[in-house]
Amino acid sequence: MEASAPAHPNPPAAAAAGQRSRSERRLAWLLCAPAVIAMLAVTAYPIGYAVVLSLQKLDLRFPDQSEFIGLSNYGTVLSSELWWTDVFNTVFIMLISVAIELVLGMAIALVMHRAIFGRGVIRTSVLIPYGIITVVAAFAWQFAFAPDSGFVNNLPLISDEMDWFGGRFSSFAVIIRAEVWKTTPFMALLLLAGLVTIDGQLYEAAKVDGASAWQRFTRITLPLMKPAILVALLFRTLDAFRVFDTIFIMTRGAQDTESVSILGYNQLISRLNLGLGSAVSVLIFVCVFLIAFVFVKGFGARVQEGRPGG
Amino acid sequence: MTSRPAIKALACLGASVLVVAGLAACGGSSESGPRQLTFFVAIQPGGTIEETAARCTEESHGRYEVKPELLPNDASQAREQLVRRLGAKDSSIDVIGLDVILTSEFANAGWIEKWSGAEKREATEKVFPSVIETASFEGDLYAAPFNTNTQLLWYRKDLVPNPPATWDETIAAAEKLGRADGGTIQVQAERYEGFSVWANALIESAGTEILSGPEKVDLQQQPTEEALAVMGRLANSSAAPANLSTSNEDTARLGFEAGESAFMTNYTFAYASASEEAPDIAKNMGAAPFPRVNSHPAKPPLGGFNLAVSAYSKNKDLAFEAAACLAGEKSQLTAVELDGLPPSRSDLYSGKDVKKAYPGFAGLVKKSIEAAGPRPTSPAYQDVTSALQRTLHPPDKIDPDDTEPIYDELKSNLEAAVKREGLL
Repeated sequence: MEASAPAHPNPPAAAAAGQRSRSERRLAWLLCAPAVIAMLAVTAYPIGYAVVLSLQKLDLRFPDQSEFIGLSNYGTVLSSELWWTDVFNTVFIMLISVAIELVLGMAIALVMHRAIFGRGVIRTSVLIPYGIITVVAAFAWQFAFAPDSGFVNNLPLISDEMDWFGGRFSSFAVIIRAEVWKTTPFMALLLLAGLVTIDGQLYEAAKVDGASAWQRFTRITLPLMKPAILVALLFRTLDAFRVFDTIFIMTRGAQDTESVSILGYNQLISRLNLGLGSAVSVLIFVCVFLIAFVFVKGFGARVQEGRPGG
Repeated sequence: MTSRPAIKALACLGASVLVVAGLAACGGSSESGPRQLTFFVAIQPGGTIEETAARCTEESHGRYEVKPELLPNDASQAREQLVRRLGAKDSSIDVIGLDVILTSEFANAGWIEKWSGAEKREATEKVFPSVIETASFEGDLYAAPFNTNTQLLWYRKDLVPNPPATWDETIAAAEKLGRADGGTIQVQAERYEGFSVWANALIESAGTEILSGPEKVDLQQQPTEEALAVMGRLANSSAAPANLSTSNEDTARLGFEAGESAFMTNYTFAYASASEEAPDIAKNMGAAPFPRVNSHPAKPPLGGFNLAVSAYSKNKDLAFEAAACLAGEKSQLTAVELDGLPPSRSDLYSGKDVKKAYPGFAGLVKKSIEAAGPRPTSPAYQDVTSALQRTLHPPDKIDPDDTEPIYDELKSNLEAAVKREGLL
């Protein structure tokens, strides 16, 4: 009862404070409301509609033959060899390109971090490939590797008649090359953001203790950069899974290089089979969700902490 | 401290912003003066479309104005642009330049209008019967034939004095010349509609058909295997260009014009293109009939465009009139003069315009069109062609000595495709 006596004058003030923060929260929700409504309209409605479409047999070329068929479309997709080939293709491209980008991006980030002269110029020029429109970059690389019009076949050690787009893995090589060229700068920038948060004194202390450059890198840099690396990997992996432009321009999916996005495009836009196409789209959504889940829950990527100062 | 009125005001502002944004999206424009008819058609480099549109606008005496909207030249991509709009019932399309393979699909989906009566008679007067077939579906005419197209075997007269008559002879002649001296054959084998054109031509030349009805696969075993063996043999021989699996009409003519190939199967535009781009090659350019596969007469590919009226057009009467003008005799002569496109009216081939565009081979073009084998007609054509491309591409995977496995795969894939089953 002693404790409650000095608490007496507080309750009105505390109650007022509670009500103020409640009304502030309500204001915050009201201010967010237009944006949230717009977001829901633009994302939740199409996703919901796609799920509804995927449960029907609907082909725009045969408009009178639509009917509700439940999960049968998903059965067709998941039992189709083409779907699994495309999943393999997509995962293959995703893993290899992200791995290369991580290594290259880290190297470029280290260089950008250590640069003393022309820091601004270096950082801007590294971003140029990322600024080029994907379709334009894909065309440029396609022309470069084409046997009749490109310069690559004229390089030493490469056969003059090598038909890069004539084989499956040679096409993959070109596609991965174009993807890596285009998005390594993005990876480098994300990693650089993580690099600058590391206190320089740690390196000095390590140098005093006699640590080599490699040890400093693996024992200090990498562990402290783990959040930034995970965030960069998360973004890039999600993007890489949805690869479309590069493959579409270079091979249009020929030579078994098709990705799941191109598969969805073929069913939806080419064949106008909205049922099957929507099923493919929903399955892609599920895969992307799984990847994000694995990263956030499994590897512990925390999007907020990955940012500098967070 | 935030007050109730302030919150209300903010909420109203937010809501009104959303409403205004919504209204701004719905705009309308009223038109006065001549009706604008949009004409969706593929680009022709020589300017045929612009000229026929201008002339038909003039001949309408102010009642309508034909406005061309240009589509890509690639058949698959042009189709995609059209089906997206027509599937969404877009009313902004009036007249469509329809590739011959699209008639069944569009007619079955209810996207184009039937032609009847006097207009039908006028549109089909003196037109090749096979071309009228390409513009019809279930016995009714759905488009006015404009131009047709066929492929010839182009060859270098200085390297090959006597043109070969069959595919095997062509391959042998090319192999004899040797790769360094023009010993390659240019075809279209990228994974797109042009590849289906080649595959269909080989199969029909061998004596069988892909479909015998809108949902029935024909593909008799022995002729089909002969056709597939030809494809496999060419793709695996030294006569195949390095970029065979990504070759189309453009890369083919570029390879021929650069002197890399002594043989090319391509459409009639190839001569005009070579005359302009590589006159030295054009001097020695000869035209021969499309090669045979076996003893059956060859069936060259049949292409071309017919002009249809969209079912969602708001000006159907005017659109029929405009389409009839745009596809009529004068327009066909413009097309052959500016772009080298063969007219669909057979009586024009004895005239001087056609003879000027095809010096020395006008008769060959006419005979080829009369002998041509059209691609299968089916509302599910898109699935059929996707299955055909997917099974046979790249052609070098076909083993010319053991074509049975690929034949079985092709037959079963086509049977599923015709019923629109499965992923493609």
